[in-house]
Amino acid sequence: MSPERGTVVRQPAVERSEEVDGPESWGRYPRVAQEALPLAWADDPLPSGVPVLAYGMGRSYGDSCLNAEGPVLLTRGLRRFISFDADTGVLRAEAGTSLGEVTELVLGRGWMPPVLPGTQFVTLGGAVANDIHGKNHHRSGAFGRHVRALGLRRSDGSLSTLHPGDPLFAATVAGLGLTGLITWVEIQLERVPSGWVEAQGIRFASLEEVEALDDASRDTHGHTVAWIDGLARGKSLGRGVYFRGNPAEGPATPPRRPIPRRVPFEAPEFLLSPFLLRTFNALYDHLPRWRSRTSVWKFFHPLDALGEWNRLYGRRGFFQHQSVVPDMEGVRALLALTSTRGQAAFLSVLKRFGPLTSPGMLSFPRPGWTLAIDVPNRGEETLAYLEEMDAVVRTYGGAMYPAKDARMSAETFRLGYPRLDEFATFIDPAFRSRLWSRVMG
Amino acid sequence: MTGAQRVLVLGATSGIAQAVARVYAAAGARLALVARSREHLSAVAADLAVRGAEVVLQRAVNLCEIERHRALIAEAERALGGFDVVLVAHGVLPDQKACEQDARRAVASWDVNFASAATLMEAAAERMAVAEDGVLGVLSSVAGERGRADNYVYGAAKAALTTYASGLGHRLRGSGITVVVIKPGPVDTPMIAGRKLSPRLVADVDVVGRRIHRALERGERVVYVPGKWRWIMAVIRALPVRIFERLRLGS
Repeated sequence: MSPERGTVVRQPAVERSEEVDGPESWGRYPRVAQEALPLAWADDPLPSGVPVLAYGMGRSYGDSCLNAEGPVLLTRGLRRFISFDADTGVLRAEAGTSLGEVTELVLGRGWMPPVLPGTQFVTLGGAVANDIHGKNHHRSGAFGRHVRALGLRRSDGSLSTLHPGDPLFAATVAGLGLTGLITWVEIQLERVPSGWVEAQGIRFASLEEVEALDDASRDTHGHTVAWIDGLARGKSLGRGVYFRGNPAEGPATPPRRPIPRRVPFEAPEFLLSPFLLRTFNALYDHLPRWRSRTSVWKFFHPLDALGEWNRLYGRRGFFQHQSVVPDMEGVRALLALTSTRGQAAFLSVLKRFGPLTSPGMLSFPRPGWTLAIDVPNRGEETLAYLEEMDAVVRTYGGAMYPAKDARMSAETFRLGYPRLDEFATFIDPAFRSRLWSRVMG
Repeated sequence: MTGAQRVLVLGATSGIAQAVARVYAAAGARLALVARSREHLSAVAADLAVRGAEVVLQRAVNLCEIERHRALIAEAERALGGFDVVLVAHGVLPDQKACEQDARRAVASWDVNFASAATLMEAAAERMAVAEDGVLGVLSSVAGERGRADNYVYGAAKAALTTYASGLGHRLRGSGITVVVIKPGPVDTPMIAGRKLSPRLVADVDVVGRRIHRALERGERVVYVPGKWRWIMAVIRALPVRIFERLRLGS
């Protein structure tokens, strides 16, 4: 049942069927029937009379990149560079340009994007709309801090250039795409000596150890992150591997951008856990400590090597529960709950955010520890477990990351984001996401 | 001569043309760009310049004005200092149903997709023949291989273009000019926006751009992109009418 072009599918309900048409989010849950309108130029006409939402590369995990009430606007056609000054490292590009494309362009000339997330397949527009963070948050803060200007197109026909300090800028950074269509972004890049990183992996046995490691590393290492063994219980709860790195000298020719392989099938879930678990355990048992010079592609985007790894979770998809809590006590409580519920996947990611302020009204990064746990979708029991996790986050005064969310309650959202009402006044009435309708509608 | 490649792109704002030009730009080519919309052309030119190209000419021209072709080609030749590659890439995907009911719309689409493309090739070949060198590429389509109910207005123009280019290539045999006929399958560009195609059949535009660049550099005479379409179309062309007409193909 495919809709004809020109008609708009109004389908607020979540489809259970696997046959739903339209772009997916990374977690492949929920599935929402929606029309996809590709944009080729920033001045293409937008549909009128229905709410729209920009959709870049679909790496938001839940429904913040989906629209249940109208079409999504595919922004990947807007991926032209506008200007680049190799002396100052100021780059301006259309909002559909991916961070991987930016890295590829500037790496050989001694620059890198100022903030890189776990995947290179994120558009500049998406990086702004979610005010993304990376392994260097303790030093460089969130992505939005490095945005010098951006172009915003609103449904009233206005086109404006926004700068840090403008109220609409603060609403648009981390604004989940709801303040209008971001048409271009100008960022300040970061100088790097080469395309290589001096990387270290260090095994730790407990959360105390990783905290001590992080204390010792945050002034000496530009990039830090920890992987936690999500299946460890009891005494080994909180064990994992700590990664840290610094830009290194290396060959003048930058490492080639890897082209991802596709996962050609949707794996049954049972294939997944043993596979990655074994990888993790091998790392854990045999490599207590290692050091190597790694390409920026491998260091910053390790999961990209697997291509569409989200398909390994099968047709029901998965959730990622990413929270930030002020101190390690919250992390301990979340991991303890996880280990008793038997819901989580094998690997969790832990990172300490630094004190640098994020510029967006709804920015997620704030001082504390952020913990991201992948959770295969097993239906009601999974949803119940995730709500229990949210309760822990609320108790510890934390917040959930909307870019990863498909199910949090309005209460959780409000408690984590005190500027929510102020933000709402900047929303463009013609823009809507399923997340916003679900949580705030 | 080992200097920068000198490339003229006609229809430079088309999705496939942009992808090919990006590959040339990354290699530091000199580019002359022609398209209808001045604004869109300048966005493309800026992108290619950032990627490493030297853009020596931008012209906003309606390529259906065939009387301007000679002057346009001459201007580009002067700006570039000669042609290594000329790529004829402009085209539209007309609304099949509307064309069935309105002959003028059908003819207008043939003007873009066939007449203007053929006369441009001829005009470019004339200048390239003087230099006795160069590659003349033209974007045709697998849609020109066999008429199908849902896009035969488009397919007919592309069939004519393929035939024309093949004849021109034959005529230019031994002249130093190589005619490259490019037949893409469906590509993820704005042209196919809204058509219901299986994602498996739609190729990534950057992959297509790199493949076309390689074909132009090697002077391949006929290239299907992606390559699997050579075999798919061989089968489709060979099907008996009665079986072919029972198939629901693509959109």
